Amino acid sequence: MAYSEKVLDHYENPRNVGSLDAGDAGVGTGMVGAPACGDVMKLQIMVGKDGVIEDAKFKTYGCGSAIASSSLVTEWVKGKTLDEALAIKNTAIAEELALPPVKIHCSILAEDAIKAAVADYRSKRSAGDLPSASEYAACEPEAA
Amino acid sequence: MSKQPIYLDYSATTPVDPRVAERMIPYLTELFGNPASRSHAFGWAAEEAVENARENVAALVGADPREIVWTSGATESNNLAIKGVARFHSGRGRHLITVKTEHKAVLDTMRELERQGYSVTYLDVLPNGLLDLDAFRAALRPDTILASVMFVNNEIGVIQPIAELGEICRERGVLLHVDAAQATGKVDIDLARLKVDLMSFSAHKTYGPKGIGALYVRRKPRVRLEAEMHGGGHERGFRSGTLATHQIVGMGEAFRIARETMGAENERIRMLRDRLLAGFADMEAVSVNGDLERRVAHNLNISFNYVEGESLLMAIKEIAVSSGSACTSASLEPSYVLRALGLSDELAHSSIRFSIGRFTSVADVDFAIRLIRDKVGKLRELSPLWDMYKAGIDLDSVQWAAH
Repeated sequence: MAYSEKVLDHYENPRNVGSLDAGDAGVGTGMVGAPACGDVMKLQIMVGKDGVIEDAKFKTYGCGSAIASSSLVTEWVKGKTLDEALAIKNTAIAEELALPPVKIHCSILAEDAIKAAVADYRSKRSAGDLPSASEYAACEPEAA
Repeated sequence: MSKQPIYLDYSATTPVDPRVAERMIPYLTELFGNPASRSHAFGWAAEEAVENARENVAALVGADPREIVWTSGATESNNLAIKGVARFHSGRGRHLITVKTEHKAVLDTMRELERQGYSVTYLDVLPNGLLDLDAFRAALRPDTILASVMFVNNEIGVIQPIAELGEICRERGVLLHVDAAQATGKVDIDLARLKVDLMSFSAHKTYGPKGIGALYVRRKPRVRLEAEMHGGGHERGFRSGTLATHQIVGMGEAFRIARETMGAENERIRMLRDRLLAGFADMEAVSVNGDLERRVAHNLNISFNYVEGESLLMAIKEIAVSSGSACTSASLEPSYVLRALGLSDELAHSSIRFSIGRFTSVADVDFAIRLIRDKVGKLRELSPLWDMYKAGIDLDSVQWAAH
């Protein structure tokens, strides 16, 4: 399978790998996908008092395109407000990484990870301390 | 990128041994005669070479040369054996037995027979990949005409109990076909003792050329089958078509070398395989697929849990191995052999088949160990599943997004 230069770059030098303290009130955690689908993305954002995302970290179990998609969105969400981050569309991710059609689901998963992380952060702010258990059906079942 | 990766995929195919290639060349140029030409020296020379090769193939497996029929490879041999017996004996019964972990050349042939009205039982294997003899016995029916069980599995290298199956089949009057493509030169095969009626061989898994194989058809008691390929009546009518002299010479020489060297070679290869396995011994969440004892020396099929298969393959481009995924197509299909052992899709995807061979060195093995350890470590650092595993979370208890 031929990967684009940008996918290879993010795969070989992933940006912002790691974890933030999920218990911190300023941290939103989104975990999307499922092992059986071959992709699990964990995206964490650290939101400042001004509502701007100060830091982002990811860990991904998945193919090169999934790793690259999540690495890319950690770069993109930094410095953005939550609403700006939510405006990031999978099509932009897919275009930036030149993902082939069979890998579009990786970009959808990355978009969902942003949504899940933001939702987790917001639920913490509004309802006190909810555990981060955002679930998203981003894995598309393949016909058997 | 110009440097070739290290080849650790000998179960897929092997390079032609230089000694074999050397023997083949004259039969392409000066000794080009048709072995069926009875009227001149060109034909006689070709025929002599073909018969000499037939003796070498027969000798490796304890057969009579007259029991060897040349084919284009193990796929054709499997087709000829299974369809040939099914068609010849359809008046006696229309039930066949095989195993879920067989090669596609057997499984797809069985499917074709099902479409033609035959009934086929596909047996499960034990978690170690071996066939349960009691389950096999229980599957036999009065109308069973043929059982087809591979000698050595291509993915996990386990050796099926062929001798025992032969006894059971002979007692019950059922013909036994064995796909031995992965077995020649790897395990001792003595057809004088094994109660096997048909056996498929391939040259290119044993340092011979691609495009040539053979089917063993037992003479005593005589096994009868219908031909697939009709024409000039070559190979006693079992398989018409001008013989590919150079290919046949190559297979004969490859099998001759195998007979001479397999003892020492398998010992050396087993040492390398054990070195490879030892190189991963202290890694966490690593498991060998298939029985490690009843297994050929050159195969190691191993799962690296919490690492996704495609990214693993991407990371280890410097070695040529096979994975538990068939990711040639758009969707990643987990290996049906590993699924038959009860592995989850994730674990099947994260498996690698190493197969070692005649030209593998200690340095090659050490390189593979370092590369795998480094890349698996790196991918696990990236893996949220690895974090969860390290935190003691049972991944099966996690509610993943439903699909």
